[in-house]
Amino acid sequence: MSVFDGLRFRKVYSPIHNLDPRIKFVYVISIFVVAILFYQIIPLLFLFFLQIPFVLLARVQRQWLRSLRGASFLAGFIFIVNVATTYFTSGYTLLAPNVENAAAMTLRFVVLVESFSVFFLTTSPDHLGLALEESRVPYEFAFAFTTAVRFVPVLAEEAQTIMDAQKARGLELEKGGLLKRIRNYVPVLIPLIVSAIRRSLELAEAMESRAWGATKKRTNLYLLKLRRGDYALLAITVGILVVAIYVRLFVPIPTITQLL
Amino acid sequence: MIVAEDIHFFYPNKVEALKGVSLTIKEGEFIAIMGQNGAGKSTLVKHFNGLLKPTLGTVRVNGVETTKTSVATLARDVGFVFQNPDHQLFSETVEDEIAFALKNFGFEPEVIEKRVTWALNLLALTQYRKTSPFLLSGGERKRVALASVLAWDPQTLILDEPTIGQDHEQKEKLRQFIMQMQIQKKTVVIVTHDVEFVAECNLRVVLMKEGKIVADGLGKDILTDPALLELSSIVLPQIAQIFAKLSTLGLPKDIIDIYEAKEIILKAQESGLRK
Repeated sequence: MSVFDGLRFRKVYSPIHNLDPRIKFVYVISIFVVAILFYQIIPLLFLFFLQIPFVLLARVQRQWLRSLRGASFLAGFIFIVNVATTYFTSGYTLLAPNVENAAAMTLRFVVLVESFSVFFLTTSPDHLGLALEESRVPYEFAFAFTTAVRFVPVLAEEAQTIMDAQKARGLELEKGGLLKRIRNYVPVLIPLIVSAIRRSLELAEAMESRAWGATKKRTNLYLLKLRRGDYALLAITVGILVVAIYVRLFVPIPTITQLL
Repeated sequence: MIVAEDIHFFYPNKVEALKGVSLTIKEGEFIAIMGQNGAGKSTLVKHFNGLLKPTLGTVRVNGVETTKTSVATLARDVGFVFQNPDHQLFSETVEDEIAFALKNFGFEPEVIEKRVTWALNLLALTQYRKTSPFLLSGGERKRVALASVLAWDPQTLILDEPTIGQDHEQKEKLRQFIMQMQIQKKTVVIVTHDVEFVAECNLRVVLMKEGKIVADGLGKDILTDPALLELSSIVLPQIAQIFAKLSTLGLPKDIIDIYEAKEIILKAQESGLRK
């Protein structure tokens, strides 16, 4: 569950937490786009380090590191697959540029994970819902989305209880080969899905009995307002985008192998 | 025999759920662990089959330290029935559900068949043998969960909140069933808030508060001590409440058994009539 840990919001206050979620989202998407624009290791490294001040400012470094650790397995997988495919296609030789290329692809993935992790770690589900609503997403969808996010930790806890209950009946999750191991999770997944469905039906009934959707036009108690910090982040985001596009178009980027 | 020696337990979020608990549960004992929500009751019993391992201290089950073995091995001797049956039911039929643990423990098919029949019979579920557990009522699902653990006949049985959501008849059946296990010299540990159920059973009570054991003794003594129970946010059993109010008339206070109460009241009435 460590990957989820890196996406779980905790209530703390910091300059980053107070930013408008819409602007933060624009920032994350921009980082995403820039990461896709480049395939060389140097700009991607630059992007990687660019996030660290945000993480430190938001004081979420521990959870952030945990999410990176959670992603490390997939990152390793991406690296190996990239190296392996170039190894087989380039006539069974391990070339330095190929390895570097594989490292860059892995780094790209890590950058994506880290920026999304910063976003989810510093944005409360309520803020997120508000942002969706104010971006003209229908309330039903915004509500469904925030509820889903909110129920992730609840489900994670429930999964733990179910695993305990099945272990108490002699189930050994870590036993057997890969296929057997996947099959071991059936006794955990079925109760989890059944209880999630049951829970959602109960939630729907409880909400309807409290007159959910009674008024067509909803107003909000809190409204999102852009403040100075938000404009600053927006300026930074636009700056990053402009510089990145300029560099991508007009500046030749050396690879590390060329530099050596 | 389960021996816990000065165990401390920290959850990953650094909450200390157990703060030095020592407890010995002898073979054949019937014991209720009580206390308010968050007192550490469930955390404690999860140590008895190795689902949780103590951060400090040791837990020994039949002399084997729980840190040195697996849950699957311990579960063979210590059956644990969870509070919510929906956290474990997943099979297509009740029969398969009950056979699940037996298959995990590697029983022979003929033995499994026999044990399943036995467990179904024991909990009056035979008619649902081929039914999907998801189609049963709440009380029936709870019985399937219980049957699925009893099927492998563990020496020790841990029941987490067995009386929640059960009507009076089911509770009475459960009580009789536990008594039956007592005759077979099985150890039974229940975690519960149900003070009336505990009063009827007349057993050893361990009272917990904030990760510590605050009292350990006979139900008769603990469930009639208002100061102690208030400490753990537990209300006295109704009979004990009546006798606490009647104590000014010179009647004893430590009464939780209905039949004992009846005798005393009848006697008091007789002597009153004589006067």
